[in-house]
Amino acid sequence: MNVEAIKDLLYKMADDQLILGHRNSEWIGQGPLLEEDIAFASMAQDKVGQSYTLYQMLNELGEDVPNQVAFMRKAHQFHNAQFVELPIGEYDFSLIRHFLFDTADYHRFDMLINSSVEPISLLARKLKGECRYHSMHADSWIKKLGNGTDESISRLQSSLNYAIPYAFGVFEESRMEEDLITENIFGGEIALRERWIEHVDNVLGQTQLILPDLALESPHFGGRYGEHTEHLQPLLDEMSEVISTDPTADW
Amino acid sequence: MESMITLPKVMEWLREVKDPEIPVVSLVDLGVITDVAISDNGVKINMTPTFVGCPAMDYMVNDVKSTLNSKGVENVEVIVSFDKQWSSNNISEKGRSALKEFGLAPPPHYDRIVDIEILEQTPCPYCNSTNTELKTPFGPTLCRAIHYCNNCKQAFEQFKPV
Repeated sequence: MNVEAIKDLLYKMADDQLILGHRNSEWIGQGPLLEEDIAFASMAQDKVGQSYTLYQMLNELGEDVPNQVAFMRKAHQFHNAQFVELPIGEYDFSLIRHFLFDTADYHRFDMLINSSVEPISLLARKLKGECRYHSMHADSWIKKLGNGTDESISRLQSSLNYAIPYAFGVFEESRMEEDLITENIFGGEIALRERWIEHVDNVLGQTQLILPDLALESPHFGGRYGEHTEHLQPLLDEMSEVISTDPTADW
Repeated sequence: MESMITLPKVMEWLREVKDPEIPVVSLVDLGVITDVAISDNGVKINMTPTFVGCPAMDYMVNDVKSTLNSKGVENVEVIVSFDKQWSSNNISEKGRSALKEFGLAPPPHYDRIVDIEILEQTPCPYCNSTNTELKTPFGPTLCRAIHYCNNCKQAFEQFKPV
């Protein structure tokens, strides 16, 4: 078993879920309508819970306990894609990010069901069922607002154009990508991106939104290797406020 | 005392442990108890969460332990795992009728995968009408969706299929 490659894979998934979970939670009390407030809060809870389980798996592989790993690292030690750390912006951006990221998330877990690492395969089966609700939610709102008013369409289109290079950053390959693929741990980022493009294209095809020419886009890479935007550290500071003030606090 | 512990007895005790957020449904009827093994040393129980992020999980584990302890079982080991996974299809018939009485529409049985269509026209737990619509697949807890009944004109919650 290639422990280093597995850890690398678990870290990026766990960090993505933790950071986007916290970003999603910022919609609590601010959603454009009550149902969306609840939806983003629920997805936040799912994602933070999922990250906890992934950190537990890392703990079993020798990493520190989940609370330490989640709250005591600095930005450059995080493996999340830059996409998930961006501020929530206005609802159009958060919705587009939810759609683009959760589509990838859903297909990632679907692929991981075939993982040669049994605990990963079992967990992926479970998470796929939960992420299916996230993906269905995103698809239905993109279809509604992507066929809505001139304003909803133009807002989503400009957020989409802005988000695509970041979304591509989600598929940044691991240093141990070949090991992951040849040992059947994970089918790989390129294969995942192909499935993602197909899904995204299919949904956008049912709207008036236009997928930018992907060949012309240069991805915002770096997140998987600890390079982050200026937005991550302030978020981490906020998340760890309690534990930093009193490391023995129980909450 | 230990020699009197039998599987039916343990199951009966476990039926006393309820879901903390839906106090009419036992953990056994909810389907989150996946295995019970009795040995000379005590009782070993396998549990699995409904949702990975369910904040009630730790509470349920402690509840199982303290309930069995109070029945005289000294050694109770609870293992939380995903080996046997929870699906809403695991909720027993007894559990389903308890949910309905509690005002929560029970999840429909499904084959293979959940699609948004099976959330539409969920029977209203109050008037049984299927003239209902899904408002949002997310609700006050991770396991609930919100619907609206056009017949009795009120919102209701559903334990959602997963």
